[in-house]
Amino acid sequence: MAAKDGREVSSKLVLYSFWQSSCAWRVRFALNLKGLSYEYKAVDLTKGEQFTPEFEKLNPLHFVPVLVDGDIVVSDSFAILMYLEEKYPQRALLPADPQRKALNLQAASIVSSSIQPLHMMSILKYLEEKIGPQERFLFGQTNIEKGFFALEKLLKDLAGKYATGDEVSMADVFIAPQIAISAERFKIDMSTFPILSRIYDSQKALREFIAASPEKQPDAVN
Amino acid sequence: MAHEEKKLKLYSYWRSSCSCRIRIALNLKGLEYQYIPVNLLKGEQFTSEFQMVNPIGYVPVLVDGEIIVSDSLAIFMYLEEKYPQHPLLPSDLQKKAINFQAANIVCSSIQPLQNLAVLKYIEEKVSPDEKIPWAKLHIEKGFEALEKLLKDHAGRYATGDEVFMADLFLAPQIHAGIKRFNVDMAKFPLLSRLNEAYSELPQFQNAMPENQPDAPSA
Repeated sequence: MAAKDGREVSSKLVLYSFWQSSCAWRVRFALNLKGLSYEYKAVDLTKGEQFTPEFEKLNPLHFVPVLVDGDIVVSDSFAILMYLEEKYPQRALLPADPQRKALNLQAASIVSSSIQPLHMMSILKYLEEKIGPQERFLFGQTNIEKGFFALEKLLKDLAGKYATGDEVSMADVFIAPQIAISAERFKIDMSTFPILSRIYDSQKALREFIAASPEKQPDAVN
Repeated sequence: MAHEEKKLKLYSYWRSSCSCRIRIALNLKGLEYQYIPVNLLKGEQFTSEFQMVNPIGYVPVLVDGEIIVSDSLAIFMYLEEKYPQHPLLPSDLQKKAINFQAANIVCSSIQPLQNLAVLKYIEEKVSPDEKIPWAKLHIEKGFEALEKLLKDHAGRYATGDEVFMADLFLAPQIHAGIKRFNVDMAKFPLLSRLNEAYSELPQFQNAMPENQPDAPSA
């Protein structure tokens, strides 16, 4: 079918993604949880494919993930997740209860604002240049631990099998990829975070999470 | 005579751009609130009193009766749902998504890289002279992204002719960029124009840092 601007659009969801992007992982995880099938379009960030004119038209900020749903183009994992939550309300990821909903959004914010931005490649590279590789590692590690401590406090009275109870919710969608990616890379001692360790055990067993993981993506490289 | 307490309480720091976002939202929705200052420079976020409200030690925190909400994004969404007057999100899904994206550029790509903790770190580990250039770099990078994002969507305000979420997140960041980090706004014509528009709105201006009860007197 044709979009308003003449583009050929699929009647299906299309996700522009890079296998290793933790932000894309969040969205892949949520799409699986909602039972939404989608076409996977790989954007190889290592080869600069985010700068092609075709991709630039979709997202002038050159980030993945980008979701295309007919005429609608949504960039930024948080914006995509809020869009999916409203357009496809099955398997709701945000509880109806205002207090619990707020706690989910707070957990998501801790990951996407307090943890992930502080260990981005560009930041770490700067620290390595200005101070040294040792400091680069320490900075990443310190900020991840700080964020994980915050999450432990936040989830203390809330966590069940998953982050905010016995059902998977938005908090899990943000937390699970973050733990998966950073715990190993920055040698985090997860035994210091008993709640996160426990919920991560549940999260990583979910088939929706496993199917969303980097190594299972079409563009994964071994 | 019973002392009538304002129902809503906001724990805030005058200079916190995250707190400023919420102060604007409360003003736009016509919601009165009790302003409770938390002096971040003096470490008041670590007092046992504040820790009971928010064990993580961040501002802003909103207390609405029995409900306590921390984190400006979570507070914003809570207010939008509980107090739907003067809606701050458009109903159109595409426009709504642009608002979330713009807000997230501010709260994930800009603000976390220029908050007090990070600036202190740069000052100590790199050098005091690197503090401002570091903040400026990240703010300008984020502003460039916002100029591109909003180019085809802006009207009088960020995403059209009405004030929405994006404006609430942009205004405090632009203010901080100008007042504290010497950002050259000439490079950002759209954001400059938006900033002008915000300067004409009392709900925005009353929320700005220098107008808060805990702002140091000039």
